[in-house]
Amino acid sequence: MLNPKLKLNPKIWNDDVEQVPIRKGFGQGLLKAGEENENVVGLCADLTESTQMNFFAEKFPARFIEMGVAEQNLVTVASGMAAMGKIPFCTSYAMFSPGRNWEQIRTTITYNDRPVKIVGSHSGISVGPDGGTHQALEDIALMRILPNMEVISPCDAIEAKKVTLALAKTNRPAYLRLVREKTPIITTEETPFDLGKAEIYWMPDVGLAQVGIIVTGGLTYKALLAAKELEAEGIKTKVMNLASIKPIDVDAVVALAKECKAIVTVEEHQVAGGMGSAVAETLARNYPVAIEFIGIQNKFGQSGTPEQLIEHYGMGKDSIKEAVKKVLKRKA
Amino acid sequence: MFLTEEKIIELEKTANNIRISIIEMLVKAGSGHTAGPLGMADVFTLFYFHILHQDPKNPSWPERDRVVLSNGHICPVLYAAMAHAGYFPVEELMTLRKFGSRLQGHPHREYLPYVETSSGPLGSGLSQAVGMALADKIDGKDKSRFIYCFMSDGELDEGNTWEAVMLAGKNKLRNVIAIIDRNNIQIDGFTEDTMPLEPLQSKWRAFNWHVIEVSGHDFQSLNEVVEEAQATYEKPTVIIAHTIPGKGVKEFERDFRWHGKPPTKAEGDMALKELRDNRF
Repeated sequence: MLNPKLKLNPKIWNDDVEQVPIRKGFGQGLLKAGEENENVVGLCADLTESTQMNFFAEKFPARFIEMGVAEQNLVTVASGMAAMGKIPFCTSYAMFSPGRNWEQIRTTITYNDRPVKIVGSHSGISVGPDGGTHQALEDIALMRILPNMEVISPCDAIEAKKVTLALAKTNRPAYLRLVREKTPIITTEETPFDLGKAEIYWMPDVGLAQVGIIVTGGLTYKALLAAKELEAEGIKTKVMNLASIKPIDVDAVVALAKECKAIVTVEEHQVAGGMGSAVAETLARNYPVAIEFIGIQNKFGQSGTPEQLIEHYGMGKDSIKEAVKKVLKRKA
Repeated sequence: MFLTEEKIIELEKTANNIRISIIEMLVKAGSGHTAGPLGMADVFTLFYFHILHQDPKNPSWPERDRVVLSNGHICPVLYAAMAHAGYFPVEELMTLRKFGSRLQGHPHREYLPYVETSSGPLGSGLSQAVGMALADKIDGKDKSRFIYCFMSDGELDEGNTWEAVMLAGKNKLRNVIAIIDRNNIQIDGFTEDTMPLEPLQSKWRAFNWHVIEVSGHDFQSLNEVVEEAQATYEKPTVIIAHTIPGKGVKEFERDFRWHGKPPTKAEGDMALKELRDNRF
């Protein structure tokens, strides 16, 4: 069942569940953050509307910097603004920022420890028809290896708005990962969100779970669908939304492993270096259990609809169910 | 502010002392860059002893001018100028590049908070200066202080530099003043052989910057062009300062092989004798 304490969307299982692009929640959150704090500034590399910075830019034209197609300049200029007390949010597609400008982020933002927020929209395979060049599948790895950097990947538009408002209040560098496609609304305004804290969204009605599914970002809904069907088949799972990939909620991840003794991680990212790797590092240190990794298996993407690609690369509901059954067999 | 004859002699003495410190630091460190720091000693002396609105006793004074050193590898001249200006003890210069030192091989502001930014990887300093100026413009402070960015000619090969040049021109950032160390050398040889930069003036002018060329060793002319840059209200200014790499030590001058290595003990002794024999 859905965790009753979290006040999740009661219409989540309806066929016509509301669907909103996760990036849209960022756009609303940035507008609100701009209203709350005049030091919040926005910078964009020629993708203002598609990264949803247009609402902020229209309301606060003097605090919006149009950078042109120049992602290296995007983050280094933001570092300079942060040095003067600003809280810069810089947007582009994840493939270009942090894809193209990694060293600039490392030296001028994390090495300098400046509170710049890198917002990578259009991440993952679900960018779809644009093809492999535009599908950022490595960005979590690029950002989470940097000291001082926090990495957040919200599950729906409402959570994205909360994350944006929370990041505007911290004095640290952060990477906010967004996806382009419409995504079912899972949470509500009342659902709690804290940076660095993971929540269990799905749990057995009674008794302990046999497998823990840890998911981040736009695939969270598919993980919940898989858990619901598995319950009907008699397999009890818990689904954890790990929006904060770094810092990772060590206590919650270890507690889930202790209860289930088997974990499946689910992300729209290369399995090497991503959220699943962060979970594996945590568990290897604290409580080793069997893990199956759902994600891109050392490949580049291609053109197609988001659904086709998620199925083709083994990240859909049925793939998640198979992984759960596989890890159950591996359980010590 | 006009430079008197007495002031110029004082600056020349200070620059000579800074060069002596640079040689001593590099010999002691056993690694580091020699040509660039010696070549920029006069420029840094003029800024730290005449131009900058800063207070070494109150380094975080919010209204201070900002200094961004983009080519972090010439940090021995920055450290030496700051120490002689009173930011930290001159003796500390001898810890350059040593374990636990505040004077990292390339500047790191976590270790030495008096530097505005960490630098080393080339091509991103001007962007940070531009970001500082954009913040000043938003806050209405772009008429009350200046953002000075010291950069090398070699790093003009970097695309990131030109992205910043373009953005500053677009936004008419009047309080950005870039100072290029035009010493014509980079690691692989002379700039015009490695990757030609000329005609350099017209490149910057095409991006709507005010461009001035000057000798990097003549205090009076340098001071005048900085004042001209400060008086330029409608656009950012770049000062192309022609410097002699290795300036002050005859053996080291104009030789690109001195870009990235320190003097040995014997070479250092020879250089220190030459500098200490100077009379003003």
